[in-house]
Amino acid sequence: MTTLFDRIWDAHVVAPLPGGAALVAIDRVLLHERTGAAALNALAEAGRTVADPARVFAMMDHIVDTLPGRTDQTLMPGGQAFITETRAAAQAAGITLFDVGDPDQGIMHVVSPELGIVLPGLTLIAPDSHTCTQGALGALAWGIGSSEAEHAMATGTLRLTRPKTMRVTFTGTLAPGVTAKDMMLALIAAHGAGGGAGHVVEFAGQAVTALDMEARMTLCNMATEFSAFAGLIAPDDVTFDWLKGRRYAPKGAHWDAARAGWRDLRSDADAVFDSEIEIDAASIAPMVSWGTSPQASVAVTGSVPEDATSAMLDYMALTAGAPLVGTPIDAAFIGSCTNARLSDLRRAAALLKGCKVAPGIRAICVPGSSAVRRAAEAEGLDQVFLDAGFEWRMSGCSMCFFAGGESFAEGSRVISSTNRNFESRQGLRVKTHIASPETVAASAIAGAIADARELAGG
Amino acid sequence: MAEPFTTLTSIAAPLLRDNIDTDAMIPSREMKSTGKTGLAGGLFAGWRYLDAAARTPDPDFVLNQPQFSAATLLLCGRNFGCGSSREHAVWALAEYGIRCIIAQSFAPIFQSNCVRNGIVPVVLPPEVIAQLAGQAVEVDLAAQTVSADGGVWSFEIEGEAKAMLLEGLDAIDLTFKHREAIAAFQTADRAKRPWVYLEQNHA
Repeated sequence: MTTLFDRIWDAHVVAPLPGGAALVAIDRVLLHERTGAAALNALAEAGRTVADPARVFAMMDHIVDTLPGRTDQTLMPGGQAFITETRAAAQAAGITLFDVGDPDQGIMHVVSPELGIVLPGLTLIAPDSHTCTQGALGALAWGIGSSEAEHAMATGTLRLTRPKTMRVTFTGTLAPGVTAKDMMLALIAAHGAGGGAGHVVEFAGQAVTALDMEARMTLCNMATEFSAFAGLIAPDDVTFDWLKGRRYAPKGAHWDAARAGWRDLRSDADAVFDSEIEIDAASIAPMVSWGTSPQASVAVTGSVPEDATSAMLDYMALTAGAPLVGTPIDAAFIGSCTNARLSDLRRAAALLKGCKVAPGIRAICVPGSSAVRRAAEAEGLDQVFLDAGFEWRMSGCSMCFFAGGESFAEGSRVISSTNRNFESRQGLRVKTHIASPETVAASAIAGAIADARELAGG
Repeated sequence: MAEPFTTLTSIAAPLLRDNIDTDAMIPSREMKSTGKTGLAGGLFAGWRYLDAAARTPDPDFVLNQPQFSAATLLLCGRNFGCGSSREHAVWALAEYGIRCIIAQSFAPIFQSNCVRNGIVPVVLPPEVIAQLAGQAVEVDLAAQTVSADGGVWSFEIEGEAKAMLLEGLDAIDLTFKHREAIAAFQTADRAKRPWVYLEQNHA
């Protein structure tokens, strides 16, 4: 009768609270330089301390530059203060910081799994909505605001109302060229950007368990685009094999004991969810967004819907009924906590090898972490990207969002492996189409939105 | 700690789009300070100004229309506050003067951020929200009602959120009352899951 979520939640309830809420223990808190200083300084100003700094980690990812030779200075006006103040506050609080120039620096949701900071069965929070990414390892991981980060650091807990549960089952097998990114865009297109609101979503089914660890992270990453409280996947041997030996993962006898416990982290066969969705994985095609919400996505071979709202059509400069393939683009971006891990770069590079980005297209690749960058360079992927005409960057969130510094040209059209296509997300009036790394690579070569399967097949 | 919220009377300013994201409420480029203040000017910057840099108002944007210039209550559509977890969106709304948002539904992180900053998130059906647009509306949190010409509507709110908002309570202070329970939990949990509890400067 018990769900995976129930098991994690019940193991973390410290005390019931009036009105049906609960005080829930928080195992890990992650911070980043965009809001880390605000949270830590507010705590200090209130005369409070971080209760257990050993379980808090800070990363420089959000506004740090990604150009080689970077320093604390940023292209974002005033960005340096976010970096230096977060560094000072983290040092004062005794928090481990992955600083600019640290070999383990990178996007928090890439670095934390890489280092085994997140583990199955943990509760992990960060003031970043894509914290749900880390549910891929069987943790209950979710984004919160700065006030909640302060609360968790001061008390080791959060005051929470128990979310509802939803299971999204992807049955069957994905077709070749279809990825975890396409699974999520298909789910959100079918059930809406608010479809998961109030629910912890467990992803299950044959097509989910068949995914490798990195693809599972892509899947859970966009649970927030579904407005879910969190997304998670039951840990299995894929998870355990991937985690073993990572820096902060348990070692020796602790590893054996931990893994034995983690094997129970799953939903019972007769578990009852508040809501269930089932999708035939074989029916999913490579997806691309056409509008300014992730729910405004269609198969790449499809067309802009006839009933598209005029606000979205005006912003995106598209017409209802127009095919997506062939829509000219100005730029292509491969990066972000969604799709910038080594496997993502490998798949994009396989398509780019021996090809050139179309004339006039600005193409950028930003590895998800410094470790991903090193691993990619060790197998020559950097040269594939560079030879094709891509920029090869240092790690960070980079141009996934426009913070006032570097951006794509005003009003330009960008195909992007990121997670959000909101108005002006990647620059003023920029028209973002989100898609898989394969679709981004193929479109960069074509100079227009393209179906990567044609390139791979041809 | 936020101002306690009891009742509010305001003209209801309609911003009736679905999926309004926190990037729209406070674009990242408007988050210029490392603190929590100085954000009201950047609220809805992409929609509110014809020229954001010069702060030239767009007369068509709802909050720039004279009848809504003093509005402290927003009416919104479905999934309001989706996207980034940035609490700056709520800090900007609060600093601007918004105290209550009535929407068809809220994104979860945003809803929680509202409660922590004294903004009351109220969920009502779309037909009621449409009826409230441009009206003088009274929100009574204790009674959990919204009233205007044409009716009184009840709304649901979690007990914890209601208590925090009504009394303007500081969540951390409240939780510190459970210090003993937290310590007992950690002692027992450390025995069960020692690997969760890392050493300082672990490596």
